[in-house]
Amino acid sequence: MIAEESIWHLTQGSYLVASALFIFSLRWLSRPETARRGVLAGVLGMTLAVLGTFLNPHVKHFEWIAIAVVVGTIIGVPLSRVALTAVPQRTALSHAFGGLAAGLVGTAKYVLWLESDELTTFRMFAIAVEVILGFVTLTGSLMAAGKLQEVIPTRPITYRNQNVINLFLLAIAVGSGIWLVVDPTQWQLFPLIIGLSLLFGVLLIIPIGGADMPTVISLLNSYAGLAAVAMGFVLENNVLIIAGALDGSSGFILSVIMCRAMNRSFTNVLFGAFGQVQAAAVAGEQKAVKSGSAQDAADLLEASNQVVVVPGYGMAVAQAQHRVRELRDQLSKRGISVKFAIHPVAGRMPGHMNVLLAEAEIPYDELAEMDDINPDFAQTDVVLVIGANDVVNPAARHDKTSPIYGMPILDVDKAKSVIAIKRSMSPGFAGIDNELYTADNTMMVFGDAKAVIGDVVKALSGGSGIH
Amino acid sequence: MQQLDFWTMAFVFMLATFIGFDVIRSVSRLLHTPLMSLTNAISAIAVVGAVLIAGEQKTTFSTVLGTIAVAASVTNIVSGFMITDRMLRMFKKREPSK
Repeated sequence: MIAEESIWHLTQGSYLVASALFIFSLRWLSRPETARRGVLAGVLGMTLAVLGTFLNPHVKHFEWIAIAVVVGTIIGVPLSRVALTAVPQRTALSHAFGGLAAGLVGTAKYVLWLESDELTTFRMFAIAVEVILGFVTLTGSLMAAGKLQEVIPTRPITYRNQNVINLFLLAIAVGSGIWLVVDPTQWQLFPLIIGLSLLFGVLLIIPIGGADMPTVISLLNSYAGLAAVAMGFVLENNVLIIAGALDGSSGFILSVIMCRAMNRSFTNVLFGAFGQVQAAAVAGEQKAVKSGSAQDAADLLEASNQVVVVPGYGMAVAQAQHRVRELRDQLSKRGISVKFAIHPVAGRMPGHMNVLLAEAEIPYDELAEMDDINPDFAQTDVVLVIGANDVVNPAARHDKTSPIYGMPILDVDKAKSVIAIKRSMSPGFAGIDNELYTADNTMMVFGDAKAVIGDVVKALSGGSGIH
Repeated sequence: MQQLDFWTMAFVFMLATFIGFDVIRSVSRLLHTPLMSLTNAISAIAVVGAVLIAGEQKTTFSTVLGTIAVAASVTNIVSGFMITDRMLRMFKKREPSK
């Protein structure tokens, strides 16, 4: 058994190095300069861990593994080439695959150990956790991906006693899990747990509206990681526990950041109040809106020294980011300073807007976070709001009756003038009017963001020909 | 073959979670989307468990489940690392002006 002993050490060694590489991978991701090295470290870590596993004497047959690797690659490569606006859906889909893998491995292990009579209490406990987490993540993520892709309604779907029913179902699943831990031979409970977990995943996500997607995706990210941790406990494997814990803590931190950015408590997110349908505020006296043309906007911009652009998801949907980049170039050419103010929940997942702007080759040192740029608005000549709504609504600061009261916002109303590009006066996700649009220093330019900004650029470049 | 005991694993989990919190907190907001796709790829380490089941071929049932799990994990590994790299290539510093 000397050979088997030394193979065990070799495998553990590969897992140890792989774990270190994963930690380095995330460490290097902290700065754009070293980030790509982080990907390389991750790939190396994964390769080492898989090679180490191949050495395991129990792994005797490779034909099915090879086929699965080919299938996974065939699905994976196109999934990595999606449009950057679709990255949130792709990410949610990946969480689903992660949950599926965990759930299936847990199920297989249960059946194998039940047959060979190796189900200890601890193993059964770990399997129950793995299977519940895995299958909840599977359907929950599929629902999230469906909402993001808009194949299922993005609005919250609610019904009476929603929380009570959901928690009841979860309680049955957990209760059955505990029963199985006490008596693992009650195998008929196992499919029940799987079914309830799948159902619970669906019910957990349907009451959640589009605006909360950044939090949901982060939360599902955390669940997928914890499912991998549970698999690590089932298989007594440290590299699974470490990699899963890194993913789990990452998702957790991102959810907390997203919650803070929307002024929601974490329990609020976990238990339903989140995504609640907010009654649209009854429009009082309709204040007059000043609207202008693209030419007016161009004139205003040309006369300024400092411009801040506030991009919202409306910009991304209109695919206007490339036009925005042309606008930025035109303004910079005139010596006008341009900055981009990014609200933490702009986009459909954490950091989504940064990626969309990076795609349009806008240098990342021109992107500013909310806390850094808020003090600057008072000195800003023109703020250009493109398809952003709730994150610039001053009501969040002073209107205690507003559903978004207390949410940190970009203080664009403090700038000398504001240009807001929007298709119509329709309210955003929170379903409330935005008093920014009726403010005295605001000019609305109605129209598709891509077309409007294209016209502004044209007006600006037309003028520059004469100078 | 040696086994790990519960307490060892619990300690490993706790320490890894703390390291995770620490490392993730220092990631700039700029890179949160690539961060999520990278951690996504890393959590596809579940492929290790899937390979053990699929390669053992104890029963047809377990082999089928293991094979699907390998395919799902490999999908995440391939697409996760590739899309992270694709996004990171876009993050460029300000080009030397003029």
